[in-house]
Amino acid sequence: MNKNTKIAIIATVAPILMFGAAFAGVPLYKLFCEKTGYGGTTTIARKNADGVSDKIVHVSFDSNVMPDVKWEFKPNQNNLDVKLGQNVLAFYTIKNTSDKPVTAIAEYNVAPHKAAIYFQKLECFCFTNQTLQPGQSLELPVLFFVDKRIADDATTKDVKDLTLSYTFMLVKPKKDASVEVKTKTKS
Amino acid sequence: MAHDTHTDINAFDVSDRPSIFNPWRWLNSTNHKDIGTMYLIFAIIAGLIGGGMSGLMRWELMEPGIQVFNGGLWGNEHNYLVVMTLHGLIMIFFMVMPALIGGFGNWFVPILIGAPDMAFPRMNNISFWLMPASLGLAVLSTFVDGGPGNGFGGGWVLYPPLSTSGHAGPSMDLLILSLHIAGISSILGSINFITTILNMRAPGMTMFKMPLFVWSVFVTVWLLVLSLPVLAGALTMLLTDRNFGTGFFDPAQGGDPIMFQHLFWFFGHPEVYILILPGFGIISHIVSTFSRKPVFGYTPMVLAMVAIGFVGFIVWAHHMYTVGMNVNLKAYFVAATMIIAVPTGIKIFSWIATMWGGSIRFTVPMMWAIGFIFVFTVGGVTGVVLANAGVDTAMHDTYYVVAHFHYTMSLGAVFTIFAGFYYWLPKMSGYKYNGFLGGLHFFITFVGVNLIFFPQHFLGLQGMPRRYVDYADQFEYWHKISTYGYMVTVVGVIVFLVMLAECFLVKRKAGANPWGDGADTLEWTLSSPPPFHQFSEPPVLVEDEKDHH
Repeated sequence: MNKNTKIAIIATVAPILMFGAAFAGVPLYKLFCEKTGYGGTTTIARKNADGVSDKIVHVSFDSNVMPDVKWEFKPNQNNLDVKLGQNVLAFYTIKNTSDKPVTAIAEYNVAPHKAAIYFQKLECFCFTNQTLQPGQSLELPVLFFVDKRIADDATTKDVKDLTLSYTFMLVKPKKDASVEVKTKTKS
Repeated sequence: MAHDTHTDINAFDVSDRPSIFNPWRWLNSTNHKDIGTMYLIFAIIAGLIGGGMSGLMRWELMEPGIQVFNGGLWGNEHNYLVVMTLHGLIMIFFMVMPALIGGFGNWFVPILIGAPDMAFPRMNNISFWLMPASLGLAVLSTFVDGGPGNGFGGGWVLYPPLSTSGHAGPSMDLLILSLHIAGISSILGSINFITTILNMRAPGMTMFKMPLFVWSVFVTVWLLVLSLPVLAGALTMLLTDRNFGTGFFDPAQGGDPIMFQHLFWFFGHPEVYILILPGFGIISHIVSTFSRKPVFGYTPMVLAMVAIGFVGFIVWAHHMYTVGMNVNLKAYFVAATMIIAVPTGIKIFSWIATMWGGSIRFTVPMMWAIGFIFVFTVGGVTGVVLANAGVDTAMHDTYYVVAHFHYTMSLGAVFTIFAGFYYWLPKMSGYKYNGFLGGLHFFITFVGVNLIFFPQHFLGLQGMPRRYVDYADQFEYWHKISTYGYMVTVVGVIVFLVMLAECFLVKRKAGANPWGDGADTLEWTLSSPPPFHQFSEPPVLVEDEKDHH
């Protein structure tokens, strides 16, 4: 092989690998966020085994809907005082105010972001899509606990207030995705 | 090192050069010097377009209220954002990169290493001719529907959701295609440079005897090869999110818009070093030539560029301190970012040490080089300020950031381009230019650009956010000064064009080495302009004790 061709091949492999690395970044980034609570990603726990402590944190509940989701969405309680390690059941209420059935999914995060890793969810309405008929309303439960280790971690022991926030986003039927884009383009 | 060469064998008859009026000479060119010339002309045209766009912005911002983008000839407020976006993209991808890498890189890398041409001359041709296609698509995108109006107005960073659901029209798709093509052009060019530099050096020119400009291009093209594909990946994800229903950056589908910022800045930070490193190489040549001394600390200068290139890949998140990242991560990115000041400082001090005790001649390129050292140091200092995550939380997206990166890029990188242009213009054209006009161009530009951007530090500290078409009355004073600075700079651009016209009309013969002692790299051993094909026999290098360029 010509020595120029050899170097050119090496110099071509590098960008191809980097292009692949950009896409490999997608699952790696997701994994990284789940493991570290980065960006307020809360943790999904199977069970709460560590027991309860006397320390208390103040948890506030926040609710949002994207403009294209015509729902009313409110927490049933604005805030709760929660013992570390204690299982807590909280409720939100959603109501479809439009005249069409709407399917949406709630995205969630916890502020301050650094404490998100200790916010453990056992059950949450946000794990699945929610569909509401016109005018229908629904109470949605979330079962969570705040990990006791939050008080031992040097970076989070100052945290006394946590905010759990949800945003409902429209779930588009997959087969309509391309149609959706076309109609938008015309407008 | 000095290269005493025997160039007689290369003294081709000038008539082997096809007429400049023959279109095939340019369309089918495989000649590195012709392609370099085309890149330089392309960069000048793109620079005039991008500079005109900044004029529209300064005109609008001269006073509070909407004066220019008021729904009339120049469109509405959305069109201000389109102009701002295109100004950034054009200046980066179609002005600085083509000038430094495509222009000076193509012209002088083969000559400086004693090679007859680039390793893949035909690939060089397509690298260039993809660029006008790419620029055409970018300009075209401003005339088609973007969603909120004609064109894409989401800034050169292209963050979703503004670049996905926020701009549903075809304009953004054109822009994505444009950047893909520009990226392919740069990657092909980079592969060409890597092969040329590794395989085609003249006998005796080891890697650590290469002139610093060649080293700077070598580091730059590796950055391009490793970072541009990540941008291409992110752009492809944007494209499929927009058109094919994927959800890489759509939270409703489990994606995350912040991930785009990570991918973008993993490209974007090396990109800023791509814009400045070749300029570092040019400044080293000029400072050494006009101090009549070899560059102080050749090896540290090379290693500093390699270090800047390497560290440039691991500091990207300092562009996104405000996305809510963990404090430990911020601490890491603060420390890593500040470390870049060390190799950069080594370069600044080495240039000063090169001048120290030298017999300095204040020629036009030397003025630009010293001007560069000044403005780049100012930009570097504000960079260290912004590297602090705490300070940046207040400064993020203010005019302080705008001032910072224009001091490094618009003043820094552009000064290196003009320095290189005035240094090599006699070599490239064969004609001497009028030194008075060149000096006038420098002084007007130096005053003008500092008048534009220094007040923007104050605006940023006062809280003026960037990317706004209008502002509160208290910001008017410095905005006005800034616009006056733009007017001064425009006069500088006119002087530049007059200088060019004068140079090509009067036709003062330059001779092989118009700079005399101190200009001891290989390009000065050839005639001006160099023969159409040089070094068909590799030059014989003679090691000179006192010189180490």
